[in-house]
Amino acid sequence: MNGADAIVRCLELEGVEILFGYQGAAIAPFYRALGESGHIRPVLVRTESSAAHCASGYARIREKVGVCVVTSGPGATNLITGIATAYADSIPLVCFTGQVQSDMIGSDVFQEADITGAVESFVKYSYLVRDAADLPRICKEAFYIAASGRKGPVLIDVPSDVLEQEVRRFNYPEAVNMRTYKPTVEGNMVQIKKVVGELAKASRPIICVGGGVHLADAVPQIRAFVRDNQVPVVSTMMGIGVMPSEDPMYFGMVGNNGRVYANRALNESDLLLMVGARVADRAVNRPDLITEGKVLIHIDVDPAEIGKNVGPTIPLVGDIRHIFEKINAYETEADLIHARKDWIATLTSYRERMTDRIPAIDEMQYTDPRRFIRRLSELLPEDAIYVADVGQNQIWSCTHYIVRNGRFLTSGGMGTMGYSIPAAIGAKMAAPDRTVIAVMGDGAFQMSMMELATMRQAGVPVKLVVMKNGTLGMVREYQHYHYHDVFDMVELKGDPALSKIAEAYDMPFYHIETGDQIDACLPLFLEKEESALLQVDVDPNDLAKF
Amino acid sequence: MKRIYSVLVENRAGVLSKVAGLFSRRNFNIDSLVVGETNDREVSCMTIVSSGDARTIEQIEKQLNKKLDVIKVKTFNEGASITRELLLMKVKYNRENRRDIMENCDIMGAKIVDMSRNLMMIQFCDTPERVNLLIEMLRTVSIVEIARTGCVALTKCGET
Repeated sequence: MNGADAIVRCLELEGVEILFGYQGAAIAPFYRALGESGHIRPVLVRTESSAAHCASGYARIREKVGVCVVTSGPGATNLITGIATAYADSIPLVCFTGQVQSDMIGSDVFQEADITGAVESFVKYSYLVRDAADLPRICKEAFYIAASGRKGPVLIDVPSDVLEQEVRRFNYPEAVNMRTYKPTVEGNMVQIKKVVGELAKASRPIICVGGGVHLADAVPQIRAFVRDNQVPVVSTMMGIGVMPSEDPMYFGMVGNNGRVYANRALNESDLLLMVGARVADRAVNRPDLITEGKVLIHIDVDPAEIGKNVGPTIPLVGDIRHIFEKINAYETEADLIHARKDWIATLTSYRERMTDRIPAIDEMQYTDPRRFIRRLSELLPEDAIYVADVGQNQIWSCTHYIVRNGRFLTSGGMGTMGYSIPAAIGAKMAAPDRTVIAVMGDGAFQMSMMELATMRQAGVPVKLVVMKNGTLGMVREYQHYHYHDVFDMVELKGDPALSKIAEAYDMPFYHIETGDQIDACLPLFLEKEESALLQVDVDPNDLAKF
Repeated sequence: MKRIYSVLVENRAGVLSKVAGLFSRRNFNIDSLVVGETNDREVSCMTIVSSGDARTIEQIEKQLNKKLDVIKVKTFNEGASITRELLLMKVKYNRENRRDIMENCDIMGAKIVDMSRNLMMIQFCDTPERVNLLIEMLRTVSIVEIARTGCVALTKCGET
């Protein structure tokens, strides 16, 4: 057994079924060992950053650690954007990179890059393996670190000679023993009691859920809490789907791209429960203001997030699922629930009154993306997985896609264009029986369209929607507001004919030019279990924020 | 607000750069940073002096604790600790100011550890404030070169 065999054995013991990657000389011994063993399916992507995005989509749906394996030098540096994207959204990944021979490190030989140094601020932890004998311990630790506490990517850099080094005794450790890493899981009971005590006093409580709820697999606990305590819910972008979009207790996404009534609800509450959310700039514009005159309870698994952007009245560190199991065990007084009726009625009236202002779209010329997304929501199966890319399409998706029992995935923290196709591939591989759809603009499509080959080669049927307006719409919109319609560097004049791209990859192509074609075209596009590309023409002057 | 962080870390390659990188990435100040082995050869102690508002100071401690090479973070104010810094300083002297320099060193408790015909080297180990004071006092003569170690600190024996 050599180092490469040892890694493959570790992955098998961790229950890895699929990994995403790219070949190269430095990592070739690993792929030889993987091929030899034959238990794990490798998926060859077309550029390394997609490997990390695929692994991210896979991890988010499969609720396991995503794995990607690439070569040294440019392979490793290409992976960085994917790693940073996963880090910003706390997605658990273990990434292996090949490295030049140990005795060459530092001499700038062919395809050498100091990858552990380069990714330091985007990973939860990283290793440069010096001795193949350490591989079992390192792999065990890496999977544990990635998937525990606040989840995130871990990188393992393996020099090619270590991959080929003889491993005499392979012992996979049963448990991890790191004196420097003991994440808090169980919430402090004293703090939990304080939270329950404050809740009992609140007549206008609200809970704001973030991506941490999905990561902690705590959706049922949150839904039970909301039902039993009659606490209205708003969400961040990453928290979309914690509540079904049309649940009467759900009041939309907060933030500068969110719903007016969601922000209003946040401001008028007397108690705010922030759960698995960072209170980041896009969600809460002025953190100091939202705390005025209210009790703020911040629940997060990462102690460093609490108090980073806003000082809470009650900090509570721990696993959200565990904490809400404890909170749900307390009974809420009937009087209190009754008293909250007025508050819920007020918010409901806001929701009814503050409907969206929609710019006048000439539907004879273009398609209204909002109406399109709503119709799409109706036609998709209840458990569909919807992956939104970055840009106007993302904001339209956030506000108009109706999540029922499926998932809404997007790159929230980093806002990485080109995330949707590879993430959708990973998601589909994690849930082959569910419909997976990626929605993007023509800018993001061109950042990841090479992955159409990955879809074809791996036989992964994903539905692709490209909202085409021939411009980088989100930035154009910014220029509309901030530079009074002076548009620099946003025109996408060289756009390829999408019909020909679809044809080149052997994929059916559909086209919705104007709003009246939605109803006829969408069912055909969704009908068969096969990959398909749908172009939707939207107005370059349309606005996501209006 | 000034704060001293005594950070016990795994004595491994790259840990210093990870900790120092954290400060630059998060926009935290480093007034000084000293690293040395402890009585356990697998553990190094970093003494970091930093400053910032209350929220920054709390964030520094939390972010340090998040690093997976950090075993333990202790933070304290200067008042609760003994702090020391070592200074080596070369000054130019002449017949007129030689006695003056030596007297100043005497008063402060600094030692002259090396000499040539026109240069002398002063060694001084004391609190960072007194090190600054000595430098200030000798600024009238011409200082040629200065090397300071930065501050090391331990909590006072009476503190737990």
